[in-house]
Amino acid sequence: MDAIILQILNGLDKGSAYALIALGLTLIFGTLGVVNFAHGALFMLGAFCAVTLNALLKTSYETIDPNKLDFLGNPAKVETPYIVDWFGPEFGGAMIEWSVPLAILFAIPVMVLVGLVMERGLIKYFYSRPHADQILVTFGLAIVLQEIVKGFYGANPIPTPAPDALTGSFDFGVLLGFDPGSIIYPYWRLIYFLFAAIMIGGVFAFLRYTTFGMVVRAGMADRETVGILGINIDRRFTIMFAIAACVAGLAGVMYTPINSPNYHMGMDFLVLSFVVVVVGGMGSLPGAVAAGFLLGVLESFASMGVVLNVLPGINQIIIYLVAIIILLTRPRGLMGRKGVMEE
Amino acid sequence: MKDMRISRRGLLKGTAVLGAGLAAPTVLMRPASAAFTNEPTGGSVTLGFNVPQSGPYADEGADELRAYELAVEHLNGGGDGGMMSTFSSKALKGNGILGKKVEYVTGDTQTKSDAARASAKSMIEKDGAIMITGGSSSGVAVAVQALCQEAGIIFMAGLTHSNDTTGKDKKANGFRHFFNSYMSGAALAPVLKNAYGTDRKAYHLTADYNWGYTTEEAVRTSTEAMGWETVSAVKTPLAATDFSAYITPVLQSDADVLVLNHYGGNMVNSLTNAVQFGLRDRQANGKNFEIIVPLYSRLMAKGAGANVKGIFGSTNWHWSLQDEGSKAFVKSFGTKYGFPPSQAAHTCYVQAILYADAVERAQSFNPCAVVEALEGFEFDGMGNGPTLYRAEDHQCFKDVLVVKGKENPSSEFDLLEIVEVTPVEQVTYAPDHPQFAGGELGKCNPGA
Repeated sequence: MDAIILQILNGLDKGSAYALIALGLTLIFGTLGVVNFAHGALFMLGAFCAVTLNALLKTSYETIDPNKLDFLGNPAKVETPYIVDWFGPEFGGAMIEWSVPLAILFAIPVMVLVGLVMERGLIKYFYSRPHADQILVTFGLAIVLQEIVKGFYGANPIPTPAPDALTGSFDFGVLLGFDPGSIIYPYWRLIYFLFAAIMIGGVFAFLRYTTFGMVVRAGMADRETVGILGINIDRRFTIMFAIAACVAGLAGVMYTPINSPNYHMGMDFLVLSFVVVVVGGMGSLPGAVAAGFLLGVLESFASMGVVLNVLPGINQIIIYLVAIIILLTRPRGLMGRKGVMEE
Repeated sequence: MKDMRISRRGLLKGTAVLGAGLAAPTVLMRPASAAFTNEPTGGSVTLGFNVPQSGPYADEGADELRAYELAVEHLNGGGDGGMMSTFSSKALKGNGILGKKVEYVTGDTQTKSDAARASAKSMIEKDGAIMITGGSSSGVAVAVQALCQEAGIIFMAGLTHSNDTTGKDKKANGFRHFFNSYMSGAALAPVLKNAYGTDRKAYHLTADYNWGYTTEEAVRTSTEAMGWETVSAVKTPLAATDFSAYITPVLQSDADVLVLNHYGGNMVNSLTNAVQFGLRDRQANGKNFEIIVPLYSRLMAKGAGANVKGIFGSTNWHWSLQDEGSKAFVKSFGTKYGFPPSQAAHTCYVQAILYADAVERAQSFNPCAVVEALEGFEFDGMGNGPTLYRAEDHQCFKDVLVVKGKENPSSEFDLLEIVEVTPVEQVTYAPDHPQFAGGELGKCNPGA
């Protein structure tokens, strides 16, 4: 039983990342009708916002310490971060340690700006083009973005740990009456799940309860009629693109302590996120979220030793297998609407 | 109307002229005396450096390329000479190879076998490379080694750790200086026995490809021989990024050791995830839970950050070694580039120098002469102590380093500490050892 609870937690955690990326993808597809293969790159850019802020906070000046030697046997250069010098080792050090949570504030304007530039500078020229063209240009853009990041940061993963206070694990075993230590789960992964839930809830609330959101939903249902009513729906859709970029970016920021970010991390999630969108139903926001969590949980269960003993290799195909079954039985996905991406 | 009939004599004449015409370019391209592929004829000789310049191992590839550039500089008489001054063979004079200036071309393996073969082929056919070297993956090494065998070119492997490179996939034209999975297992076992005892239960997570299998087999065999029990061994997809679903079953098992048969990004992520799930702080079977990473790389350790602290693994070479060869190389590399070399850089530098030295000793670029010069060659002064290039499988036999993640690193390079230099006798195996079974070395191919 405890093994099943652990895999459910794993699945929810993994599903959080899938759901957040798929939510952004669906927002863009539902509003602008664009299949955005650069969305994984936005997730990666968000993660590198955390890396960049960490590097900025660690910007140092060098002094020579005659008592220490470097690898060549010369007096060693000692680096002192300016921030430690300015605010003292306690507060300055704490800012560096808390750079990942702080990066949320840093990433919001950066990702909104990236989203606006991307949409106004490139994507808007492909609204009326076939989906194949959109896929090609956004995939190309993703490669360009990841090569730029690689040019600056290299190909190696860069460790970006969570603050010390948020490392360690929570013992669910004690809470649920199992043996102590039998169901432990890292604090940061629980935070990531909560963060994803808040983000998803926030996006749904924004679309449902604000005038802006209502207009966007109306535009998603019937763009032409909303335009005839004198509403500049294009501007609102541009803002939605920026919001979707921001959602993907923040998902990336919060993911950095889970796995050290590297330039390729967006591509690792991209294909799976598209499967999530298709399984959820093209254009369906609740579908994307539900499918994200469903596939995350299934993938975790398929990775269990007992399952692998019976069905070797099932962990590598489970998502695609489920996608095939769902699309065969429900061709529009779990919550797909009629007429979306259909002739 | 003109008679268009063709006479038999006319046809024969025409065919002869056409045949001569078609054959002429090939005859003109190849010197009559060419005895082997890409025989150097001018005042220079071209080496082909096939390293990952893009993809996940691009940083390791960049370090390999730096080492090759340094080796070329030293071969041509530039710089401080690096390890050429500590190398036991004194055949190299700093005037190129056999008096010919050393030039080089580079290819991008992308850490993909097909891309690596294509770039090697291009360097051989278009650039006239006489030798191909480099790489950061066993899949690439095996693929390029086979290509070089067919083309009649010497292949000096870069970083490749799978037993198969000099086991079932060995080739007469291919040589490996880097150590292998068997050696990692053999070197680690006694250290693990001392540190953790003989009553341990190990859980293996293994990357689902050739290198992962050979490493798991080597570590399992070595640790089971000293009394450890393997409770489970689970294959993980090479493309996996989040290993939580594979780590949590470890918590449910009665294992007290986790062996991560992962390299590169896999190793960084699986180790990070294992530490996140509290395995380092865990008690199992009344003992501290331990994690082992059989193959360490400084670049990967940097990616995993503080998670490597206290974790055992093995490595081919480390910049903190204090022998004369290592010190000379670190000084030379560090002065030129501002940071110490990685083990990938070291093995590539050594391979380039060993090839050049073999040509000098053989007084010929002919691959078969080079093979003869390298087979059974014993040398020292290259950072690993006395070393033998065994004739039977073209594998270097030398001491192996067992390292541990440093608790208090003094710099971003100071991540690993050497806990033992395992003597070569302990990691030597018979050429027909079961882990290396299958395949034939074959005969050297000079090409042409």
